Amino acid sequence: MAKQLLKGNEAIVKGAILAGCRAFYGYPITPANEITEAAAWYLPQSGGVFLQAESEVAAINMVYGAAASGQRVMTASSGPGISLMSEGISYLAGAELPCVIADIMRGGPGLGNIAPEQSDYWQVVKNGGHGCYRTIVLAPASVQEMADLTRLAFELADQYRNPVFVLTDGVIGQMMEPVEFPDAPVLPPPPEWSVRGDAATRKNLVSSIFLQPDELEEHIRHLEFKYKLAERNEVRFERYRTDDADYILVGYGIVARILKHVVEDLRARGIAVGLLRPITLYPFPDEELRRLAKRAHHFFVSEMSTGQMVDDVRLALAGRAPVEFYGRCGGNLPTAEEIASFVLRRIREEVTLHA
Amino acid sequence: MPNYAILHEKPECLYEDYERKSELHRQTHYCPGCGHGIVHKLLAEAITELGIQDRTILISPVGCSVFAYYYFDVGNVQVAHGRAAAVATAVKRAHPHSIVISYQGDGDLAAIGSAEILHCANRGENITTIFVNNAIYGMTGGQMAPTTLLGQKTTTSPTGRDFHHDGAPMKVGEMLSALDGPTYIERVSLGNVKQIMLARKAIRKALETQIAGLGFSLVEFLSPCPTIWKLDPVDAQKHVHDVMEKHYPLGVKCDRIAERTAPPEPAPMTPLTDLPRILRLPSTEPAPLHFSEEPLDWRIRVAGFGGQGVLLLGQLLAEAGMDAGLHVSWLPSYGPEMRSGTSNCHVRLCSSEIDSPVVSRPNALLALNEPSLRKFIATVEPGGVVIYNGDSIPADCSRHDLRIVAQPFAEIADSLGSAKALNIVMLGAFLSLSHALPDSPIESALKRLVKSERWLELDRRALAVGRERVPAEEFVHA
Ligand SMILES: Cc1ncc(C[n+]2csc(CCOP(=O)(O)OP(=O)(O)O)c2C)c(N)n1
Ligand code: SF4
Ligand SMILES: [Mg+2]
Repeated sequence: MAKQLLKGNEAIVKGAILAGCRAFYGYPITPANEITEAAAWYLPQSGGVFLQAESEVAAINMVYGAAASGQRVMTASSGPGISLMSEGISYLAGAELPCVIADIMRGGPGLGNIAPEQSDYWQVVKNGGHGCYRTIVLAPASVQEMADLTRLAFELADQYRNPVFVLTDGVIGQMMEPVEFPDAPVLPPPPEWSVRGDAATRKNLVSSIFLQPDELEEHIRHLEFKYKLAERNEVRFERYRTDDADYILVGYGIVARILKHVVEDLRARGIAVGLLRPITLYPFPDEELRRLAKRAHHFFVSEMSTGQMVDDVRLALAGRAPVEFYGRCGGNLPTAEEIASFVLRRIREEVTLHA
Repeated sequence: MPNYAILHEKPECLYEDYERKSELHRQTHYCPGCGHGIVHKLLAEAITELGIQDRTILISPVGCSVFAYYYFDVGNVQVAHGRAAAVATAVKRAHPHSIVISYQGDGDLAAIGSAEILHCANRGENITTIFVNNAIYGMTGGQMAPTTLLGQKTTTSPTGRDFHHDGAPMKVGEMLSALDGPTYIERVSLGNVKQIMLARKAIRKALETQIAGLGFSLVEFLSPCPTIWKLDPVDAQKHVHDVMEKHYPLGVKCDRIAERTAPPEPAPMTPLTDLPRILRLPSTEPAPLHFSEEPLDWRIRVAGFGGQGVLLLGQLLAEAGMDAGLHVSWLPSYGPEMRSGTSNCHVRLCSSEIDSPVVSRPNALLALNEPSLRKFIATVEPGGVVIYNGDSIPADCSRHDLRIVAQPFAEIADSLGSAKALNIVMLGAFLSLSHALPDSPIESALKRLVKSERWLELDRRALAVGRERVPAEEFVHA
């Protein structure tokens, strides 16, 4: 298929429909509106359902209903809406319902602003809702990945019977890049456990209740097992010039793109820098970080927040190497120049220290 | 014991043994004399009689009826507190031929789920809601509900519900009937056998409404909760009749069955082979263009007022760059900036893969107004190109290390017949000066983005005029 110049947000919807998504329930919020609008336009024509819900609370519960009915279903929002969806996401995970949720992050807390941030990391990766559950979190850094990872999100959601997030910032949602879609659209049959209003599925029950402690513990252990499986099999990341790197930069989404520029810039000055870009934020590439720490002796994390993913980098490295953080927030993007000079300053300090 | 609606046989759609329960598989978990038990039987009878058991999907709420799925041998979905109407909406839309019954208590429906039921009813979703109003939160041990009667003592209104403090008991049936969306709403009572027989008819009518595809139906049951009310089953039933019915008048609250028609049958499934067309995916790869062997890296910032076509200018560059076989990116400023009147975008055209789409050090600036020039000129890389819509560069903005063109492009556009062509005139000027892209991809991009033939003609002229006004080799230092 030929390339097409598309906004990241629109690529999500086309990618979703080609991946068999036939229901979208959402509520308007900037900077995710293009997703909802594209869904309103394309889904009904594709034989799917689009409905604008009265709130994100309703939207995520409609997602629950569609998932229980066996449809591939998604919603999209940004920080404030994701906060409202947290209850429903916990229920989806508890009832083992697959769905895809796109979070196009904006500035918080509170109303914050609509400019790009990465400050939903904690609530999405560590779970805004109650209970021992996890969501698989994919972090696209290009418009092509908005399409590709959305498709992957539907596959993982079905495979793990669990909500999967596509988490990115307003920049990736709003920007345009050429994107190429797969040739063959898919439409998998509804899962056999779903409830479809026919004799074949009459005995099916979708529920997150396990009244007896032993039953609930068993259920939670079953969920835990799935997450362990995902931790073993689903970690995805991109390495960029890390092979001979003494210094590793870590970032996701738009920040990873900026960091690539920083790598080039610092390499041109003779500094052996590389980039690790987590593509899955949960499961997190812990092992790869530890592997890199065998050679690299200093890690730099940059985020559009005051530091959220950096916690996971520190947890993964467990003291093997110092971890420095450079963040911008409020809707500001860190510039490549800013980050480069931050890294240079720290490297010089290190050199002075050891001299 | 009073004579409840006696069913000599268990309706088929109730399980014989309630195996989803952990113990006591022959009896329900409801207290003796509880209204839920009666409503379950009435509902089960109606489902069985109407022959819709296989098609039925029951939505269980949170409240004492949280375990409705223990009993009904139908498709079951258990949901979060208050959200039954939202879940039911999506279930029905996924399977329009199913019969979706959403079962809710008064705390569930009228308090925490008030938004969901209101909008579900207003949309006229073709589902049936069974609403059990017992004026109390049963499951959590007897707290006040929106439906609790004035003066009624509960654990959270220990001195009795007070109008000035807690407002008045909510009349859900009347409230929802005030909307145009619902088709059939009736309030019934479990206050005595005769009423129970009427309640039975109401359930049937509600389900028939759904089966005929005529829209939203709801039956509100005034229902005894002997345990929390601390009354024996007989007195509790009497209380429903003597006290609750005074505040909650029985009867049909709305019946628009005669006005409604069933929606058309759902369209047949869209063939997957139609999706590329529906999704407007391009079918043919443009012939790759190798117009330049030189490595190329344009980092362009376009800025101006909202409405000047700033974003479109940038998008044309990116579209054309893509057709020319380059790596491209386009990143708009978005949000409140747009509303306060300024607008800008970042465009990259690159012969190698693009790292960051963010242009913080542009090598080309297209400034459509003075504030934009002032904001961005200092960021332009030495040797970069600046095209400015203005007679001359303001003295305090001048830089001698840039190639700058300043012309009254807006006037030129005006003379072409539309000030709106300003962005395209400037595009022409930029292309002439920069040789960034050949003509054919610009033409194909224009054709893709400009839908009206009249505008396309104007834009072609604007492009040519822009090129003429800024001959390739001629630029001025401001
Ligand atoms: C979000 C949330 N808040 C509170 C609760 C606790 N809770 C469970 S049932 C219930 C009230 C149910 O009352 P009602 O809907 O009237 O049902 P009844 O038990 O009276 O039939 C509440 C508040 C909950 N489960 N979830
Ligand atoms: S507490 Fe009330 S509503 Fe709940 S089962 Fe007992 S009687 Fe029924
Ligand atoms: Mg109640």
